[in-house]
Amino acid sequence: MTIALSIKDLRKVYGNGFEALKGISFDVQQGDFFALLGPNGAGKSTTLGIVSSLVNKTSGQVEIFGFDLEKDKAAAKRSLGVVPQEFNFNMFEKVGDIVRTQAGYYGIPVELAKQRAEFYLKKLGLWDKRDSRAQMLSGGMKRRLMIARALVHEPKLLILDEPTAGVDIELRRSMWAFLQEINEAGTTIILTTHYLEEAESLCRNIAIIDHGSIIHNTSIKSLLQQLSTETFILDVQPDQAESVVIDGYSVRLEDPHTLVVQVNKGQGLNGLFAQLKNQNIEVTSMRNKSNRLEELFVSMVEKNLEKKDA
Amino acid sequence: MSHQELWIAFSTIVRKEIRRFTRIWAQTLLPPAITMTLYFIIFGNLIGSRIGEMGGFNYMEFIVPGLIMMSVITNSYGNVVSSFFSTKFQRNIEELLVSPTPNWVILSGYVLGGVARGLAVGFIVTLLSLFFTKLQIHSFGVTIATVLMTSILFSLGGFINAVFANSFDDISIIPTFILTPLTYLGGVFYSIQLLPEFWQGVSQLNPILYMVNTFRYGILGVSDINVGFAFAVIVLFNVALFLVALKLLNMGKGIRQ
Ligand SMILES: Nc1ncnc2c1ncn2[C@@H]1O[C@H](COP(=O)(O)OP(=O)(O)O)[C@@H](O)[C@H]1O
Ligand SMILES: [Mg+2]
Repeated sequence: MTIALSIKDLRKVYGNGFEALKGISFDVQQGDFFALLGPNGAGKSTTLGIVSSLVNKTSGQVEIFGFDLEKDKAAAKRSLGVVPQEFNFNMFEKVGDIVRTQAGYYGIPVELAKQRAEFYLKKLGLWDKRDSRAQMLSGGMKRRLMIARALVHEPKLLILDEPTAGVDIELRRSMWAFLQEINEAGTTIILTTHYLEEAESLCRNIAIIDHGSIIHNTSIKSLLQQLSTETFILDVQPDQAESVVIDGYSVRLEDPHTLVVQVNKGQGLNGLFAQLKNQNIEVTSMRNKSNRLEELFVSMVEKNLEKKDA
Repeated sequence: MSHQELWIAFSTIVRKEIRRFTRIWAQTLLPPAITMTLYFIIFGNLIGSRIGEMGGFNYMEFIVPGLIMMSVITNSYGNVVSSFFSTKFQRNIEELLVSPTPNWVILSGYVLGGVARGLAVGFIVTLLSLFFTKLQIHSFGVTIATVLMTSILFSLGGFINAVFANSFDDISIIPTFILTPLTYLGGVFYSIQLLPEFWQGVSQLNPILYMVNTFRYGILGVSDINVGFAFAVIVLFNVALFLVALKLLNMGKGIRQ
């Protein structure tokens, strides 16, 4: 199988002496939808910055579709599309010019550049804005403009640094759908995020980075299997005055009509319901706590911290 | 990148640069037209008529080549320094850094953008000067070659200034404290033969003197200095500045952490 991105022993020490990456390694397979997860300041943007030639590495190796970023610069760069974390276009330029100009930087002839710009601007719902200056766009539109710009040379690998940060929920969903569409059409995608829900619903494989080190690199599925407990939220009647005790389950009363129950893997729910019935507590509705990955993530980062303290 | 792709990338940068200075023509093309017209009226007509001859020509004829050159210099420099600095400042330099466009093409593109503005302004000022004096060109080749080389030189200078600049203030320090004095002392308004011998010698260290004089030679056929030597100096400066600017770009100075 072809490897879209290969990172080996990548280190970055910034000018002020701060070591932002402590020798990380991971591979991303062609066709994958990959998430680089980590808390703020973990080193996600630094990693993507080096891959996009915007940050100088201190040591290590980056290969994009087998092309070394140092020795085969042009070929490596051609395979890559970049959507950075911060807006970085000329605010005074027109939307259409921004996308066509970017095509020119990849050596795409004017006519083809025009067609491509039209295609991607339409796809991202910006065609009506082609003659507006970039500064006139809303935040969500600016972000879509960066995606159109990154796709105009039709890269095989698209990397996005926190693409949905500060984007409202509706737009976030439509952006997810778009990314899934181009991933299904064959583009390998890597994104960084700290919305775990995003990684959970989009990505197949992940790496978790913290304090400049990769602390986990696996598939979402196997990561979720590592969860030893699952949390359920139960709405109950009548209101409960004080804590509810149920043998074998850890239960917390969040408010008089909401119970938070931890269920161990393989434990089943019958015992829980039987005891609730005995105590005359009726369950009016129940849901799975959505951010399972969040819990895991927090516990991992904490463990990583403990290891360091030890 | 293939030759054709390099050419496309290069012309994309140049077109973007031309689009920029024509979009803001009221800040880029209009001010030198007004300033130079004032120079022509005040120095050329009003004061010049009392000065009499300078270097064998009437004063208006003498200063026109210098003023054209002065506008080429300031506009070439000004175009690249502000364009490249704001590209850095707004971070849209990243559009180029992620692309396969090599650094020498990026540099050449910005320089040609500066040359385009320098020549555009030079052309406007030349047209305006025709309202005040007749312009005969002694040597077309020398005139064009000088104006081109000078424009390239100051575009490169503007580029290097922009690389080191960290704020908008930094892009006006060099023009104000170095470029303007050197231009005024570079024989735009007077022949250095008017100066005492010592100051003539000092003036020879001013690179702008060589450009103004070669250009004046191209138009009028007279020069304070040896034209061949002046040309060699200008070419040498160009090569040196190009290499310095390219080196800075390769290092990622001011644009990559
Ligand atoms: N230019 C810089 N100089 C010094 N330190 C930096 C610089 N850029 C980032 N850092 C530091 O490097 C670490 C990683 O930053 P970053 O890669 O932006 O993290 P993330 O994207 O995961 O939030 C942070 O601690 C940040 O403060
Ligand atoms: Mg970041």
